[in-house]
Amino acid sequence: MTKILEKSQLSANVFRMKLEAPLIASERKAGQFIILRTNADWGERIPLTIADADSQKGTIDIIFQTVGVSTKELSLLNAGDHIADLVGPLGKPTRITNYSDAGSGKKGWVVVVGGGIGVAPAHPIAQAFKAAGNRVTAIMGARTKELVIMEEEMRRATDEVVIVTDDGSYGRKGLVTEPLKEFCSLAQKPDEVVIVGPPIMMKFAALTTKPYGVKTIASLNSIMIDGTGMCGGCRVSVGGKTKFVCVDGPEFDAHEVDFDNFIMRLGTFKQEEIDHKCRSGLFD
Amino acid sequence: MTAKERLAIPPQEMPQQDALARARNMEEVALGYTAEMAKKESSRCLNCPAKPCVEGCPVKINIPGFLQAASEGDFKKALSIIRESSLLPAVCGRVCPQERQCQKFCTVGKMFKDVGKAVAIGRVERFCADNVEPEPALKAAPTGKRVAVIGSGPASITCAADCARAGHAVTMFEAFHKPGGVLVYGIPEFRLPKRIVDKEVEGLKALGVEIVTDFVVGKTRKLADMKKEFDAIFVGTGAGLPKFMDIEGENLIGVFSANEYLTRANLMKAYLEDKAATPFWHGSKVAVLGGGNVAMDAARMALRLGAKEVHLIYRRSEKEMPARIEEVHHAKEEGVIFHTLENAKRILGDEKGRVRAIECLKYELGEPDASGRRSPVAIAGSEFEFPVDTVIVAVGSGANPLIAATTPEIEVDRKGHVLVDAATGMTKMDGVFAGGDIVLGAATVILAMGEGRVAAEGINKYLSK
Repeated sequence: MTKILEKSQLSANVFRMKLEAPLIASERKAGQFIILRTNADWGERIPLTIADADSQKGTIDIIFQTVGVSTKELSLLNAGDHIADLVGPLGKPTRITNYSDAGSGKKGWVVVVGGGIGVAPAHPIAQAFKAAGNRVTAIMGARTKELVIMEEEMRRATDEVVIVTDDGSYGRKGLVTEPLKEFCSLAQKPDEVVIVGPPIMMKFAALTTKPYGVKTIASLNSIMIDGTGMCGGCRVSVGGKTKFVCVDGPEFDAHEVDFDNFIMRLGTFKQEEIDHKCRSGLFD
Repeated sequence: MTAKERLAIPPQEMPQQDALARARNMEEVALGYTAEMAKKESSRCLNCPAKPCVEGCPVKINIPGFLQAASEGDFKKALSIIRESSLLPAVCGRVCPQERQCQKFCTVGKMFKDVGKAVAIGRVERFCADNVEPEPALKAAPTGKRVAVIGSGPASITCAADCARAGHAVTMFEAFHKPGGVLVYGIPEFRLPKRIVDKEVEGLKALGVEIVTDFVVGKTRKLADMKKEFDAIFVGTGAGLPKFMDIEGENLIGVFSANEYLTRANLMKAYLEDKAATPFWHGSKVAVLGGGNVAMDAARMALRLGAKEVHLIYRRSEKEMPARIEEVHHAKEEGVIFHTLENAKRILGDEKGRVRAIECLKYELGEPDASGRRSPVAIAGSEFEFPVDTVIVAVGSGANPLIAATTPEIEVDRKGHVLVDAATGMTKMDGVFAGGDIVLGAATVILAMGEGRVAAEGINKYLSK
């Protein structure tokens, strides 16, 4: 059992929780994820990213959006309640490189792109690149102002933050691909781009950086059960080879990922999920 | 009773659920002998001096000894004889491939020239295990030594029990939220009821074994870090990496590994749609690729999950199928359509990326290969396709890579199987032992159990130094 220490609501469907998880807090690295189950008898195993962790206090923060029954059930729990199961940290950590050149004094430059709640897992990744010695720019995208999350934390973790909203209600009006393209067009291109967010955004962000030859990594969040390589439900085609997101990933070369197949596979249980939402009585 | 009289006793058929009814429910298929049947079946044993059955048993159970006791109606004694060598008789009685082990060599079967008429050793074993409460295990005085057992499948359960009996403080670590390993996520309820696994797990707790779930060794803690806390470690993490066929269309929607398909049903109970939150795939026309027990389990599960047609596609002939003969019979009785000497060439999808058909090739048998089985050879130009909406790939599992990937001190072979000293079960890392499918590759419950035993003995010796 895992205790929920704090809970807050970030927007209509997005919640943040601080969980008591000392083992995970001390072992986790940027890029890794957890799997949890809310209900001991009938709960589903859902993979969620780690937004932040405090190894001293033994806590991790998760940020999630209520998309189905399981995340809805999770959102109904409060500080003091317990989650039946929590396991992690899973997946390979982000490969952190310091691109700075000691000889010329030129600093490495890493652009971290977070779309929607993808900002949550992007946060520790930005922290880690910064701590390694790079200059880090975050591009944060959201549909509208209300859905922008973790802005203050991201500002603390990076050198520069660019916010874009689809409707222009906050920051620049537009898509994350626009500032991304501008950065890639500069004489001094980013040394690396990391993208985390909705699959369709990742697909287009990858297409944006590709012509410029900028190394681009995408963090994938696919359907999985165990998270230890046992079910293969999370498989994705990378450079024509089948990889498991849980043990080979979750981060892959974005220019090699078959996003169309990835997006398609995410819809495997779409009908079952709709039926389940209806049966649960938790949704209008 | 004379040998002639014994041979005159007809083999006792296993009572089972009606084939068509059971193909739509999850209840156990084989219902188990009555005491009378168990006595009669055991009386068929000739108690022959050579005891070839014992040689055929991977853990060398004193088979004629327990059959003798069972034939006299002393099932308690029979069980205690079994338990001298096997810790999981209720499981092994159900899932051992007896026709390839003890029963293969049975003299009675040989006299009838039919392994199907051998003494049904497994069924009597199951009766004893199901109907007699085992004596509480004796436990040595506490040694003060700590043993970590990683994984909770058959090898780990056996190793944990033997180490706990030796007086060590044993902690078992399981990555899933429920212990039991392949017995829980892999083998379906209709073949191995989960109450039997639960009972074994309760038995471990009664021995003082502490069970920690949701703990992935290699991730939650590195093995090297655990070495600082424990005096010895057993790694029994199994063959948990599903193999795919590397054919076109394998990543379409509606293609699953048997592991995923079965785990959704077995561990997550997805078929109880009113309760379970985990979804399952509602396939109507299902193709299962493979000919082992897992393929049979997946095919029979598909029927139970509502499939209208289930096709099992295997590239060799039925004779070469690695599945237990009983599972093959059960699958056929339940209506699984067998396609032998055929193999999938590619999987075809519709415009939405969902499976719509499978294309197969016909095969013939050529020369024997390295496994001793005649190797299948594709017949050029024999392609044909038929419509399906689901494909389940059950062509085997590789070693789970998590521990090896994070523990360079442990040596593995080309396929990722952990290398151990055969006599002690110790890996190349001092004080770290391994056994079961992580060493053997995907094998059987009883072999895994045997390995758990060997390693426990190795650990107990290592800790007494």
